[in-house]
Amino acid sequence: MIVFKWLNSQLLKMEWLYNLVTFLVENIFRLDVNNRVGGSVHFFIYDVIKIFILLSVLIFVISYIQSFFPPERTRKILGRFNGVSANILGALLGTVTPFCSCSSIPLFIGFTSAGLPIGVTFSFLISSPLVDLASVILLASIFNWKIAIAYVLVGIVLAVVGGTIISKLKLEEYVEPFVFGNKVLEAEQEDMTVRDRIDFAKDQVLDIIKKVWLYVLIGVGIGAAIHNWIPQDVISAILGKDKWYSVLLATFVGIPMYADIFGTLPIAEALVLKGVGLGTALSFMMGVTALSLPSMIMLNKVVKIKLLAIFVGIVTLGIIIIGCTFNTFGYLLM
Amino acid sequence: MVIKILGSGCCNCAALKENTEAAIKEAGIEAEIIKVTDFKDIMKYGIMSTPALVVDEKVVSYGKVPKPKEIVKILETLK
Repeated sequence: MIVFKWLNSQLLKMEWLYNLVTFLVENIFRLDVNNRVGGSVHFFIYDVIKIFILLSVLIFVISYIQSFFPPERTRKILGRFNGVSANILGALLGTVTPFCSCSSIPLFIGFTSAGLPIGVTFSFLISSPLVDLASVILLASIFNWKIAIAYVLVGIVLAVVGGTIISKLKLEEYVEPFVFGNKVLEAEQEDMTVRDRIDFAKDQVLDIIKKVWLYVLIGVGIGAAIHNWIPQDVISAILGKDKWYSVLLATFVGIPMYADIFGTLPIAEALVLKGVGLGTALSFMMGVTALSLPSMIMLNKVVKIKLLAIFVGIVTLGIIIIGCTFNTFGYLLM
Repeated sequence: MVIKILGSGCCNCAALKENTEAAIKEAGIEAEIIKVTDFKDIMKYGIMSTPALVVDEKVVSYGKVPKPKEIVKILETLK
């Protein structure tokens, strides 16, 4: 237990880094970490370095694991299941299958053409951006493991319920006709060697860092501002735990935005430190990652507006419910 | 030889095109490179992850961006 605690505080919370940065800020920049300028400089440097280190290590490890689950294999596995278990499996596989968001269309078409019910595909599409293995570990680093695991569970439940509702509502007619009956490439690419997997994982790390570094810097910047510059009462006035509309506000601000989840984590961290409800912060994160204008525009190419609206509605409602639940019961997990 | 790059424009498709151009230069192969971005056309090849590489109507790679020398290897086996 003690070993675990030590590992947790050194590897995940990076206490050594925290102390190192404190030393740097106090002795080299000669700033007091307890005042606003020093505090935000410390927050910024520490968080940026921490996130990039964790990001690189995590993406590498997780991409290695993901190289065993290409979408083509996922499709084969899912084809063997029916009903809710298919949705559950779809949601679970969504978290481990790698794909870049512009593959979501070919993926949707591929799954559907292979005969998978659209509800299962939607379970996959909901869980994929929402429950990202790397961000779960980052969540554990910033908050704690109980919260991270709870986030995964609710994310998967949301994906399963959302997909099941879509299945039950029999909305196939709202999928663009060209999606069905497409040729399905059966031959799998040759198996990857260990060297291949390492290269793949390395490429994913570089790729993702190239894509998200700006979001991380902006996110940490905003987090630092919240942490040290915006007074607590301003934040409580807008997003305080007791404000019934805080979850709604967080959700609706988050949804149209697109940012990588790694950029939202420092903001969520800073908000919670300022007394914003855990559920409110999580709703913001989920809103940003699960739905975004670019991905909705892409989905609109394969599903008609009615189905898209239902999908967005279900996910939004789910996020709001989850936010309120975490706000109410979050204290049990902190 | 007709090489098609399948991808909707954002991720990695540009990188794949660059790698392919480098590959044909290095291998000294005469080939026409066409970028396919319309989903309806992409789906005709039955792939699920972009970007994808199609040579003379045969899908040779999907879901990843092979480096130029890997592409050269693929093209040599097809000659």
